[in-house]
Amino acid sequence: MKRADDFAGRRAHLAGMSDEQLKEYFWQLADRLTAPLLELGREYTSPAVERSVLLRMGFSSLEVRPIVETAMEKNLIAHGAGHIVYRIAQDTGMSIREAGLALARGELWDRAQQLFEEVQA
Amino acid sequence: MSEYRLKNDEKIDIEAILDDLEHYVPKKRPWTWRKPAPGLVMNGFAYQDMSEPMAGESVPLPSAKYFGNIDPQGQWTITTEIASGRFEDDIRRMRMAAHHGADHIMVIRTAGQSHYDGLIEGTPQGMGGVPITRKQVRAQRRALDLIEEEVGRSINYHSYVSGVAGPDIAVMFCEEGVAGAHQDPQYNVIYRNINMVRSFVDACESKRIMAHGGILQIDGAHNANATAREAWKVMPELMVQHAINASFSVGAGIRRENIALSTVPPTAPPAPCLHIDLPYAVALRELFSEYKIRAQMNTKYMESSTREATVTHVLNLLTSKLTRADIQSTITPDEGRNVPWHMYNIEACDTAKQAIAGMDGLMDMIELKKDGYLRDKARELKERAVLFMEEMLECGGYFAAVEQGFFVDSGFYPERNGDGIARDSQGGVGAGTVIRRADDYMAPVTAHFGCNNVAQYDESAQNDPARLIGGCTFECPEKIIFIDELDEQDNVHVRLEEKREFLTGGKIMPEMEWRADGIVVLTMFLPLERRAAEAAALTIASKLNLVECEVIHREVMQKAEGTRVEVRGKVPFAIDEASLVIPPEPEVMSDEEIRAEIEAHPLTVVCGTVGEDEHSVGLREIIDIKHGGIEKYGIKVHYLGTSVPVEKLLQAAVETNAEVVMASVIISHDDIHYKNISAIDKLAREMGIRDKIIFVAGGTQVTPELAVKAGADAGFGRGAKGIHNATYIVKERRRRRGQTV
Repeated sequence: MKRADDFAGRRAHLAGMSDEQLKEYFWQLADRLTAPLLELGREYTSPAVERSVLLRMGFSSLEVRPIVETAMEKNLIAHGAGHIVYRIAQDTGMSIREAGLALARGELWDRAQQLFEEVQA
Repeated sequence: MSEYRLKNDEKIDIEAILDDLEHYVPKKRPWTWRKPAPGLVMNGFAYQDMSEPMAGESVPLPSAKYFGNIDPQGQWTITTEIASGRFEDDIRRMRMAAHHGADHIMVIRTAGQSHYDGLIEGTPQGMGGVPITRKQVRAQRRALDLIEEEVGRSINYHSYVSGVAGPDIAVMFCEEGVAGAHQDPQYNVIYRNINMVRSFVDACESKRIMAHGGILQIDGAHNANATAREAWKVMPELMVQHAINASFSVGAGIRRENIALSTVPPTAPPAPCLHIDLPYAVALRELFSEYKIRAQMNTKYMESSTREATVTHVLNLLTSKLTRADIQSTITPDEGRNVPWHMYNIEACDTAKQAIAGMDGLMDMIELKKDGYLRDKARELKERAVLFMEEMLECGGYFAAVEQGFFVDSGFYPERNGDGIARDSQGGVGAGTVIRRADDYMAPVTAHFGCNNVAQYDESAQNDPARLIGGCTFECPEKIIFIDELDEQDNVHVRLEEKREFLTGGKIMPEMEWRADGIVVLTMFLPLERRAAEAAALTIASKLNLVECEVIHREVMQKAEGTRVEVRGKVPFAIDEASLVIPPEPEVMSDEEIRAEIEAHPLTVVCGTVGEDEHSVGLREIIDIKHGGIEKYGIKVHYLGTSVPVEKLLQAAVETNAEVVMASVIISHDDIHYKNISAIDKLAREMGIRDKIIFVAGGTQVTPELAVKAGADAGFGRGAKGIHNATYIVKERRRRRGQTV
């Protein structure tokens, strides 16, 4: 889009504001722009977010990748990758680390699917 | 290994830093500011705006020797950006920079890391930056832990949390004690074409993690300056970008005092830059009064002249001083011509340190005008930014605005030129990879952003989700899994082995960027027009046996009369450190010994500056008692002044029965200084007094050996003091008396 500088006309409604009022209005607009972006972050997740959860649970970058990738393939990622590891550990009695390593090796995914189907049901 | 400490006169041992790195636990360190020291007095000067001096070693400015070698440090944190591609060589540069006053070390990432979906491991070599990995970060942080002990001041280590692996990197940074990071999802979207939905979802998590680690955040808005065709026209948009990231970051949990705006004065001379930049700087600081200001220097209009860049950067520092800065970034003056070299990082730090010391107390004497052009322009810029956001909301919000090319348009908003960077919200790297969280979504870790149904397992863990797993790596660092190397060839150990003879074998090569890269620069004036001068310069460099020669700078002095050219090339050989012939440091006797000697054998000296030469300062420093000159030993001095004819100097020696003749020779044009030394020697012989006098010559351009060759008994150059002269004279008199010296 091309447009000539129409600042003089456009600013009419701002002219009466004090510097303080203008500043307050500036931040209201900014907050209105970012509110929906923050909402997205609350309600959605991503492979990177899930990898970061698993890293914090004590897995290496090489171990977190196959867990997240398989969770996406199996449509389980919406429950949280860390959640899957947690549930498998609870279910099998393994430690968090053992459970995650098993999942990273491609094991126990059928059981994970069962566990989360039960939740959905 | 944990016992390893730096010694000021020993090189840092990179292999000691790498040794047992797996078990090194970085000190947990949030961002640290300098401590203001109002009323600080150094060398008798009362400073207004300085911080506590460094408690350890530092390298003061060159002129500090005239001011008691003080090294005053401003209140702003000083940033230096270091990333040659080999982090092991950068560690040495970090140490040098810290000694010159840098306390914020920023590591640039290798090209392509933004698009790498996950953490990179090991220590591969980078391009235009360093692959940021856990091992690299831990090694550099460990080195900085030692360097900050050495300089006696905290050092903030910094890199980037961006790209498609932002949250992964944020976790690693938090674990490894990184103190500062760039984080701005807009940067991903506009400059890296990473999907915008993914960028913002990831950024929520990254920022939440950074907030937990106390990591200071710097945004990416300044990139619009560097990208826009006419950088000063994006000023309204820049304030919008800052506002979006700042508001978004507060929403994600970062405290305002840990949010810094990366702002650049947009123009440079010959544009009237202060007239354009200052109202913008004022407007920005007023709107963002609760946030920190990271003042970056202009890179957009840098050419290959390091002098020109330095002047622009000093004007940038003036803008910071006239307004506000919390962090002052420095840009190396060679960035317009190559990846920064060691010495230019140091120059940039010194430029800042020098200007900051020089401008100390400025705002106690002046203030910015409260009406007129400056106020009107600042207000106008704020209003333009407000209008920009109003229109973004009208068109459907941030994503819609990016799709419609609002950003980096070269028009001065609300003017639009239709050349902005537009992105598709469904496109870009990582498109379609965000997933809506299920109702039972759960993540049993600390610093997780958004919906997290922990209560389904333990209601009491709602505010401490990591309790479900007995703590995550933020509480239990022993759970961190350290990966050493993944590539047997591309790693630091192989690179160090290739340079073994330069590490421990006593071999030396010059270097600019990497250990033993052999790079040197020749600066020359050639009486030729530009293109011929460049060709001649390359021919000369090649005849000097330099290899891989390249012209890196040229400046026309006058079209026909000639050109200044700078050529870089590589030295094709190494030298053996053991083979170097190093002249001994000048000996000095104790004051007491000299005084006793003069008391036993009284001495008269005649001296003056000879030839047509009006310089008096150097000689007075050598003789005057108040400068610690030779008079203080009881030596009787007849000072004849300046422009003393050679004949008069020697006649005075005869008349006063002086044993020593001291001639100051400052002007060196056409070797007149050595010619005057020869003239004194010759006349003294003709007068038959040569063997009766001790003839000493000195001056800033005097090389001792050449002075002796020209006929003096001894010569003293730049830096010589009265005590050096006195020591020589006492020894020479003893020798002439047949005593042992």
